[in-house]
Amino acid sequence: MTEPTQLVEKPESASNVSSGDERVRKVPAWKRMLHRPELGAMSGALLVFVFFFLTAGDSGMFASDGIMNWTTVSAQLGLIAISACLLMIAGEFDLSIGSMIGFAGMMMTIPAVYWGWPIWSAIIFAFAGALLIGYLNGYIVVKTGLPSFIVSLAFLFILRGLTIALSILFTNRTIVGGVDKFAEGDWLAAAFGGTIGKWLFVWLADVGIISSYKDGTPVVEGLPMVVVWCFLLAVVASWVLLRTSYGNWIFATGGDDKAARNVGVPVDKVKISLFMFTAFTATVYAACQVFEFGSASADRGVLKEFEAIIAVVIGGALLTGGYGSVIGACFGALIFGVVQMGIFFTGIDSDWFRVFLGAMLLIAVLFNNYIRKKVTEARH
Amino acid sequence: MSEFIIELKNVSRYFGSVIALQGINMQVKLGEVHCLLGDNGAGKSTLIKTLAGVHVPSEGEYHLEGKPVVFKSPVQALDAGIATVYQDLALVPLMSVTRNFFMGRELTKGRGLFKRFDLEKANDIAQAGMAEMGINVRDPSQAIGTMSGGEKQCLAIARAIHFGAKVLILDEPTAALGVKQSANVLKVVAKAKARGLAVILITHNVHHAYPIADRFTLLNRGQSLGSFLKSEVSREDVLEMMAGGQELDALTAELEEFSRLDATA
Repeated sequence: MTEPTQLVEKPESASNVSSGDERVRKVPAWKRMLHRPELGAMSGALLVFVFFFLTAGDSGMFASDGIMNWTTVSAQLGLIAISACLLMIAGEFDLSIGSMIGFAGMMMTIPAVYWGWPIWSAIIFAFAGALLIGYLNGYIVVKTGLPSFIVSLAFLFILRGLTIALSILFTNRTIVGGVDKFAEGDWLAAAFGGTIGKWLFVWLADVGIISSYKDGTPVVEGLPMVVVWCFLLAVVASWVLLRTSYGNWIFATGGDDKAARNVGVPVDKVKISLFMFTAFTATVYAACQVFEFGSASADRGVLKEFEAIIAVVIGGALLTGGYGSVIGACFGALIFGVVQMGIFFTGIDSDWFRVFLGAMLLIAVLFNNYIRKKVTEARH
Repeated sequence: MSEFIIELKNVSRYFGSVIALQGINMQVKLGEVHCLLGDNGAGKSTLIKTLAGVHVPSEGEYHLEGKPVVFKSPVQALDAGIATVYQDLALVPLMSVTRNFFMGRELTKGRGLFKRFDLEKANDIAQAGMAEMGINVRDPSQAIGTMSGGEKQCLAIARAIHFGAKVLILDEPTAALGVKQSANVLKVVAKAKARGLAVILITHNVHHAYPIADRFTLLNRGQSLGSFLKSEVSREDVLEMMAGGQELDALTAELEEFSRLDATA
């Protein structure tokens, strides 16, 4: 570092702020890019696209229905990765996301199908219940000071067990179907299960950009709501993280919660609200699945919490908190979806998917570790 | 309006049966650097925590601008313009200069749902605030983990000044720093003084304290050995009065004895 000597030699430069600006511009753009947390995930996504374009380019993976296929899978994971990312930046984990997906699905299905509630009220009930559980999860973590890993692991089992036990108790089965006939015409259910932009896809089919069936309806009938939700939440969450006071508190909380507390950041509130946000996105995920398939199943969302964490880590977030990117997490989810579907399209044995995932995770962690050293090492 | 911004009158602080401070009198004036000197265990920490509102005096009075006050929490003291920079600095290494500068007190624009952190303006203010303290920040969006210890100290001080501190309490700001960085921090202290702030500097390094201080208070085993204007005492006097002064004399004598023995051997 050359500052100290410069200070001694020419203190007059200290009053000239613009001289600092000039030195900033000398750093090449690509070098500044290296310090972005989402860089790894972006280049990784590019790499898998190139790979599958070469190996599965003619298999239908990049036809309109193929694209919609992996986009939907990525968006589903993206939803929970976004909230898991914010929570991880704040220095905590939520291992109960996957169980919450199953539980929330049952919370909105059983009242609607068995108790005759209007679908919209069942959905609101599920969201309220999920937020309450998220609050409880966060409250226990901040009040006991226990690692969130353990607390949310407990909730992983409690919620999964409750989902199975309660659905057997109320319905005597673990898969509750027939939601679609209740959901039809419901304004709130349409926000999760339907598609939008039908006219656009009809038009695209008419001009021949996407293929259509013999009767003229396009093979892709619209953009699934889960993609819309993922996109909206990504934009909002990223904006909140990078451009609001609350976002600054998230970084501060995960970076050093003692320092954050000392300058007046409401650390506990930040953490609890983020646990509630992960429960919220898990419920959105559940709602999209319930209204897409017309059923809820007690085993929905198994292992999703780990997939979300993998996507977040591939997206450049540090497991220790204080550093990460929502956009990166979304690219992490995209890599996930593309590879999962791509392996199916290329006809490779799908067992290899997990091998690939593990390897990706390891590479991402090594890469992130290196970046953190670059970012925090003092240059004396 | 009193001549002094802070005045302690016969302040004592007990923790159970332990007498941490006894009968401390101390005056702090705006535009002055007040050095608090003492060896480990002399009660420096208790004294600054009392000043910062962490501890309430067990006995005696704490006057701020001539009026007696009782701070029940550090936040109240901070609101009254008494800012303390502790050794851990309350900075987050992974965050940028600007984000640290405004941590917990973000500069916002817009309203309601669109209320947002005004990063552009905040960048300018942080950079200007640091420049005023003599630190040229090349890129306010750089993580402060890349900065040196002295620069981090300066950032914490600049932050306190920006948010309206009238009295700045610095807890061993040069303790972990090299010579050059210490000099930079002391320069920042001088700048704060020039801006009319009162600075309370805690140190056990007389060589750091003496050049910059206007007034000294010496503590030994929970009691004040008195406050002195710089004109009244020499560096050697100060060193002598500090706990360890006699010990250092003894050590010097002992070393001389050794070298004499070596010479005769």
